[in-house]
Amino acid sequence: MNSPLHRPALHESGHRHANGEALYVDDLPPPRGMLHGLVYVSPVAHGKILRLDVSAARALPGVHAVLTAADIPGHNDIAPVGKDEPLLATDTVHCVGQHVALIVAESLAQARRAQAAIVAEYQPLPAILSLKEAMAAGSYLTQPHLIRRGDVQVALQSSALVLEGEVETGAQDHFYLETQVALVVPEEEGGYRVWSSTQHPSEVQAKVAEIMGLARHQVVVETPRMGGGFGGKETQGAHFAALAALGAGATRRPVKVWLNRDQDMTQTGKRHPFHSKYRCGFDRDGKITGLWVETHSDGGWSLDLSRAILDRCLFHLDNAYYLPNLHFSGRVCRTHQPSNTAFRGFGGPQGVAVIEVILERAALALGLDSAEIRARNYYGPAPRDRTPYDQEVKDCRLDRIHRELLLSADYQNRLAEVAAYNQTSRYQKRGLAFQPVKFGISFTHSMLNQAGALVLIYADGSVQVNHGGTEMGQGLQTKIRAIAAHELGLLVEQVRVMTTATDKVPNTSATAASSGADLNGAAVKLACETLRERLSPVARSLLGIGEAEDLSYQGGTVRGGGRSVSFGELAAVAYARQISLSATGYYRTPDIRYDPAIGRGKPFHYFAYGAAVVEVEVSGLTGEHKVRRVDILHDVGDSLVPTIDVGQIEGGFIQGLGWLTTEELVVDAQGRLLTHSPDTYKIPTAGDAPRDFRVALLTGAPQADVVHGSKAVGEPPLMLAIGVVSALRRAIDAFRPGAEVTLAIPCTPESVLRAITSLETHESGGNTRAIAGSAGIVI
Amino acid sequence: MYGLEFTLNGARTSPEGFGPTTTLLQYLRATGRTGTKEGCAEGDCGACTVAILDPDAPKGPTWRAINSCLVLLPTIHGRQVVTIEGLSEPNGPVHPAPAALVERLGSQCGYCTPGFVMSLFEACYRTDLDRPERLDDQLAGNLCRCTGYRPIREAAQAVAGLRPSDRFRAALEKAEAQRRSWSGEQGGQRFFLPTRLEELWAIQAQFPGIRLVAGATDLGLEITKRFAEPPLLCGLEGLSELRGCRAQAGHHHLGAMTLLADLEDYAELHLPPLHRMLRFFAARPIKNRGTLGGNLVTASPIGDLAPVLLALGAEVVLTGRAGSRRLPLSDFFLGYRKTALGPGELLSEVIVPALEPGIRAAAYKVSKRQELDISTVSASFWLRLDPTGRVEDLRLAYGGMAATPCRAPRTEAALRGQPYTEENVRRAAAELERDFQPLSDHRGSAWYRRVVAQNLLLGFWLETEQQPLPQLPTRPIGTVTPPEARR
Repeated sequence: MNSPLHRPALHESGHRHANGEALYVDDLPPPRGMLHGLVYVSPVAHGKILRLDVSAARALPGVHAVLTAADIPGHNDIAPVGKDEPLLATDTVHCVGQHVALIVAESLAQARRAQAAIVAEYQPLPAILSLKEAMAAGSYLTQPHLIRRGDVQVALQSSALVLEGEVETGAQDHFYLETQVALVVPEEEGGYRVWSSTQHPSEVQAKVAEIMGLARHQVVVETPRMGGGFGGKETQGAHFAALAALGAGATRRPVKVWLNRDQDMTQTGKRHPFHSKYRCGFDRDGKITGLWVETHSDGGWSLDLSRAILDRCLFHLDNAYYLPNLHFSGRVCRTHQPSNTAFRGFGGPQGVAVIEVILERAALALGLDSAEIRARNYYGPAPRDRTPYDQEVKDCRLDRIHRELLLSADYQNRLAEVAAYNQTSRYQKRGLAFQPVKFGISFTHSMLNQAGALVLIYADGSVQVNHGGTEMGQGLQTKIRAIAAHELGLLVEQVRVMTTATDKVPNTSATAASSGADLNGAAVKLACETLRERLSPVARSLLGIGEAEDLSYQGGTVRGGGRSVSFGELAAVAYARQISLSATGYYRTPDIRYDPAIGRGKPFHYFAYGAAVVEVEVSGLTGEHKVRRVDILHDVGDSLVPTIDVGQIEGGFIQGLGWLTTEELVVDAQGRLLTHSPDTYKIPTAGDAPRDFRVALLTGAPQADVVHGSKAVGEPPLMLAIGVVSALRRAIDAFRPGAEVTLAIPCTPESVLRAITSLETHESGGNTRAIAGSAGIVI
Repeated sequence: MYGLEFTLNGARTSPEGFGPTTTLLQYLRATGRTGTKEGCAEGDCGACTVAILDPDAPKGPTWRAINSCLVLLPTIHGRQVVTIEGLSEPNGPVHPAPAALVERLGSQCGYCTPGFVMSLFEACYRTDLDRPERLDDQLAGNLCRCTGYRPIREAAQAVAGLRPSDRFRAALEKAEAQRRSWSGEQGGQRFFLPTRLEELWAIQAQFPGIRLVAGATDLGLEITKRFAEPPLLCGLEGLSELRGCRAQAGHHHLGAMTLLADLEDYAELHLPPLHRMLRFFAARPIKNRGTLGGNLVTASPIGDLAPVLLALGAEVVLTGRAGSRRLPLSDFFLGYRKTALGPGELLSEVIVPALEPGIRAAAYKVSKRQELDISTVSASFWLRLDPTGRVEDLRLAYGGMAATPCRAPRTEAALRGQPYTEENVRRAAAELERDFQPLSDHRGSAWYRRVVAQNLLLGFWLETEQQPLPQLPTRPIGTVTPPEARR
């Protein structure tokens, strides 16, 4: 029996997902006496609270409490980083949907009646509703972050081609199918047990303790699994857990806070909209000479993780390309919108989008195809091996991926086919584009790169594995189980990966930054190694072999000297001989650091690589379009579980496709979100996925110093979808060759039709829409 | 006694204590059947999908995937319902629908999975999923945020039409129509479920102004989104005399309570423009509940059936206790969400003239997302040429361009009597500027609506110059498919 590592496997919870047994927080049987919490939120974008009278609401039947900021026993702050975000508003509200009061009632219907009975008056204050307005008003949350090298101005002066422009990318709702939810049960000694749909149980624990005025050991947080996270439950799950705890504290009864879809979309933060201005120079061959970028992000009303997200944007403005001269500056703006937060890619996609728009424009201007201009700019041997922040790009796999993918995707022949199609088709045109990605792996706040595990062997040889990571669908538990089974030589059925809980492993980092398997997998591996070291002397004595002879753990059996003993027997004997059968493992990523003051360092342990070839077709009559075919070759090192990694790549690509094409968040003039449910907010459906979708993993490419030679996979593939924008640009160009294409993101049918008609004046990332130009049939 | 009952996963169930506007989803979750999830409570995500046995389907008894979030409990009185928990028996074989999904890693976070399984469950017992576009349609009502859909589509392909010899197939074979009238009251809310029009008239006489409910896919939103608690409702589910389509004397008689899914099948054979619209109209679980009449009486400016029926020259039959009257559909819509229905009247039937040979007709729908989205602009065109190739008669109807779906009189006038040429079509299309002053909203700008409205007319000419009734291609890039793209 071989090890389960590096082999295809089903999702660890697959059968339970498909028969309805898999439990999510809202599925847990209600504890006796459970009450429902409903959040009363600000109806205005910015205002002073003149009056907040909850007495009538409190008096209604079934209502147990209506709680405001004054009722918070501890410290009224829920911010993950800054101290700028009260859990419940005090004197001022800063966005529509900001939490103002918590109603606790026996049923949600009663809570809704109480909500209607709250009497509040607000004195409206001027509100900044979009990134553009914030930039104009100088409304900021951070100081600028600068990264520089060489002299861009001089480089541009001697360039054969200089492109200037702006790139805007819009907000994106996470649209995890399971909305935010937490259930809190009061326990003995004034403590609380929390079931939270969160990527960061330790932060939920810390925040609940802070809000309730407790030490952290009074709070236990469990996360059974999430119905999707994507970054949206990295920090913002804590709000609802803290609210439920507040309600549980006030009533001494279990309280659940669950948001319906409209509440979730209205109250929680999104992917950050970014606005970037650029100037970029190229030599005659299409090589970049220098790049100047000034970027701003919309952080919403409070800091949340916006600073780190902006940093990661700057770290990915180079994407896969060497930039001899550069000047990047970035700053987070403050608007009166819900606080924007982590979302798969964490600023990276917004950075990559900028340079990819620039490259595709340049390719069209210089008559190069989409792959060629990129190949000419890849990182290479010194001196072309230094990132803008001066990290060495080691073991760059782009050339290999590029070569192999062009062949497997039949790129050159298809370029000719597309050109031939466009020659004869007047109303529909196709575009073919090439999209590489290089993505830095590690939390850029270096100290977060640590993880712990606790592995328990029972005397019958069955094993429980605990670690700090959370399962949100990405297959972390499938990978962890394979690692543990491999280390202890067990069948996967002998290993159970437990619900994530803060009383098993303390002080964990969020499951984020694609690092879940890298960090927690390494910690689990170390814990298993410790246990094996303790078991091996027992095994040797049972098998009658000496120190020098080989011992193998495989398939539930330990073998040596031609004899074998089952793992169960070994565990029983070890127990009888008073050997400890539980162990912790602890891992920290070595040798990473970054100094933002000088914009230099080694923020990443390594880089993940991949590339896609994307073919689209566009209707010139309506701007509607479809992705016809996608070929992806992605570098996941030696994949821990290839079937899981393929799923991450496919899913990441389609999520990126949604961000760039159909997902548009529209806010009205009062700052109210108009697109707060799937009725109006459109994530991709099955029919939007390319019918021809070919994903392959780079083979024979182990990554040094990462658990079992693997690489992180969660975020990088999302950026491959930026190839769709490039392919659309090429198809639009085919309608009127040579004319400059201005294509707004998201590339909705309207955005594409505007680009075809050249009527576009200005488009923002979805929040406002400029209307210009005269109407008429255009082709 | 409440007396409401249905069969849930094989067991007879009486939802005592649950009021008549409780949704099936609320009931399931409140009673511990938590495999069925709430993702949106508006029929747009499919996480709540369950299956219901329809004994009266035109092609014989069938399982239908439906959104349990929009089903009011009384409307399933006497019916058989299967949820995710009911698919596999303990220690029994795993049903092919979940098995196919698990084997291909069609679940990641798993939250959408039970809904997909139930859509695949319907696919298992369908006999007509013989084309890829029908599989797309089968899946369009379920959103997944994790997988990118490839494995789910492969699973659907693997199980479509399997029809395993199991208890679900046996249930289909022994299903018989059994409609029972019911009425009940709980917590101040009354619900009536008549099975004959005569009963309905009596109920209306006793409770003038009582709200009528067809598939509840629109009214359901008032309950799940705005938390309305309507005191008096009357479900039309049991009125089999209003269901079904038939051709008679050069006309198609379409019963108002015909499910959109059944209308789609009928239209494929008889009314290609209507079929084209229904492919990108809502999604399967909605079409399995929503009805023709329900879609029309909401009189929404972006109701997708109306432009097609206007172009096809449909009439509606309004029926009340005193009898029936017929009027052109164009006279039925009086304003924004306002119709010509009088007190005590219901829309009972839609009558559409058959498409004579040579008639050119098609329908178009443009939305931000192709599947399961509300139209930014919809349009349907009907046109007859005289022997010399001049436009003898035409009807050009649009949705999303005005407060109600309506025709474009100036544009029609500009084309009437003219040779059917590209030049004349382009010239006439410019008249749309005078016919409509569309609005800007989150679906699209006025500019986009104006341009697309014109381009759709040009697209119609491109499609119909050679071929009078162009069918929708398998997987169109856009709503218009010019001949050059059909190669």
